Amino acid sequence: MGLLEVRDCTIRFGGLTAVKSLSMSLEKGALYGLIGPNGAGKTTVFNLLTGVYHPNEGSIELDGKSLNKLKPSRIARLGMSRTFQNIRLFQSMTVLENVKLARHGARKQNVWDATLHNRKQRDEEAQIERDAMELLEIFNLEGRADEIAINLPYGSQRRLEIARALATDPRILLLDEPAAGMNPQESLDLMHLIRRVRDRFDLTVLLVEHNMRVVMGVCERIQVIDYGETIALGSPREIQDNPKVIEAYLGGA
Amino acid sequence: MKRWLLWLGVLLVLAGLEASLRGLIGPYAYQITVLVGVNIILAVSLNLINGFTGQFSIGHAGFYAVGAYTSAALVKFGGPAIRGLVGFLPAIGQDAVLLLAGLAAAAIVAGIAGLAVGIPSLRLRGDYLAIVTLGFGEIIRVVILNVDSIGGARGFSGIEQLSNFFWVYFFVLVTIVVIHNIVHSSYGRAFVSIRDDEIAAEAMGVDTTRFKVLSFVISSMFAGIAGGLFGHFTMYLHPNSFTFVASFNVIIMIVIGGLGSIEGAVVGATVFTVALELLRKLGPFRLVSFAVLLVLIMIYRPQGLLGSWTLFKGRRKAAPKAMVV
Repeated sequence: MGLLEVRDCTIRFGGLTAVKSLSMSLEKGALYGLIGPNGAGKTTVFNLLTGVYHPNEGSIELDGKSLNKLKPSRIARLGMSRTFQNIRLFQSMTVLENVKLARHGARKQNVWDATLHNRKQRDEEAQIERDAMELLEIFNLEGRADEIAINLPYGSQRRLEIARALATDPRILLLDEPAAGMNPQESLDLMHLIRRVRDRFDLTVLLVEHNMRVVMGVCERIQVIDYGETIALGSPREIQDNPKVIEAYLGGA
Repeated sequence: MKRWLLWLGVLLVLAGLEASLRGLIGPYAYQITVLVGVNIILAVSLNLINGFTGQFSIGHAGFYAVGAYTSAALVKFGGPAIRGLVGFLPAIGQDAVLLLAGLAAAAIVAGIAGLAVGIPSLRLRGDYLAIVTLGFGEIIRVVILNVDSIGGARGFSGIEQLSNFFWVYFFVLVTIVVIHNIVHSSYGRAFVSIRDDEIAAEAMGVDTTRFKVLSFVISSMFAGIAGGLFGHFTMYLHPNSFTFVASFNVIIMIVIGGLGSIEGAVVGATVFTVALELLRKLGPFRLVSFAVLLVLIMIYRPQGLLGSWTLFKGRRKAAPKAMVV
């Protein structure tokens, strides 16, 4: 059984079935791609996995534990971390503070420690700062640690979002269109970065992406959905040759 | 160890000022100075919820009233018993124990009120939360109006005078240090993350409902303490002091000082209280000119007098534009 198991998940918004009987299985360490034309339901799948929406039918399990009714924060603390398609950095915080915030779930200080600013709390804050700086170094952002996060260039903001997601110590990293708005060189760098991150942090990665070069270059297994239903599943090569996929993207004759 | 020494020095300075201040500046200025202190506690505490956590509460006067009446009632009805327990202390020590007992009760009851209001209502956002907190403040006031044992509409009189410059400014310092420490911890980052982007905060593992309630409870507890200090200073409480106008006054303080800045709340509370007194000379034009002053501040310093400037670290914590009323 995989690390993440989705079985027959369905979610409806009024009369619209956004995701229909979707199943998905991610092995530990997988680099898994989820693609589909605009409006296929990819981001809805992300929102189901992270608890923003709850499925009407079906089950989602992380390492055997059901996520069906949990809040997003609980799911995040269980090891599912994500980035956002439209970047959602904390706008008043610096680059460093954005990453430090994500260490929230691992904190050991309680309200009293924080109120008294005692040794335990100070030591932990120092540790959080070191951890955060270490992550920023991996993403080449250490030089801009004290800048307000939303003043960074677009590509750096995307990288910062990944760094922030990693700061939660995830087991599964969900990337929602990380290459959106990037030029070809930046996308290429991103591909290498995703691989490096997966190996270094021993992660399982689920990628939603429009940029086919990135998806085909990075993912080992790809699932294609259209109108909320799975239409193909396989290796990049199998997907590229699949007539159903071509039809979904280019339209049938 | 060093920190204890610092606090001891602070206590000595406050005691020295308490002994000399009334003679130096006269009873009127002394009274205004004490009221400035009470308002600083209110503003700094409300700033935690409105400025840092970004939830728009306009019910602070409700918690202030809960604290004021709780402390006054405890001291009035339980005072003799408490004095009996600590009868071995000199009179000044008995007063201190009585006041601290009153303030502890004020903080606890106001905190519980904060929890009771916060749990159901902090699922609401923006305007809806504002309306619920406004309603809560009015409910408290109407309840007090109808409880005869604490004076009802006649007001609660005969409250023992226990608080003074020393105690008010001691709690001003406690409030500032506690809120400052909390803001500069994992908890503070969680509060600010909720203000900036609730969805991202949840995705990063912050239980947003729980943390909103937490900031609401901490804020309410300090409002309760402010209420207790106020009641034991003025010796008389009336429900009319706790209308929604009182809540708005605290909001004005933190907005003119700069939302999301502790120093701003201190400056805002001081400017607000002192300006209202100085303008008394203008007689009937007092409130009109005060309004003009506020408008001018908002035109020339829309980010507040101090903006998000902070004394302690070079880091800025700007409130998002939408929050600046």
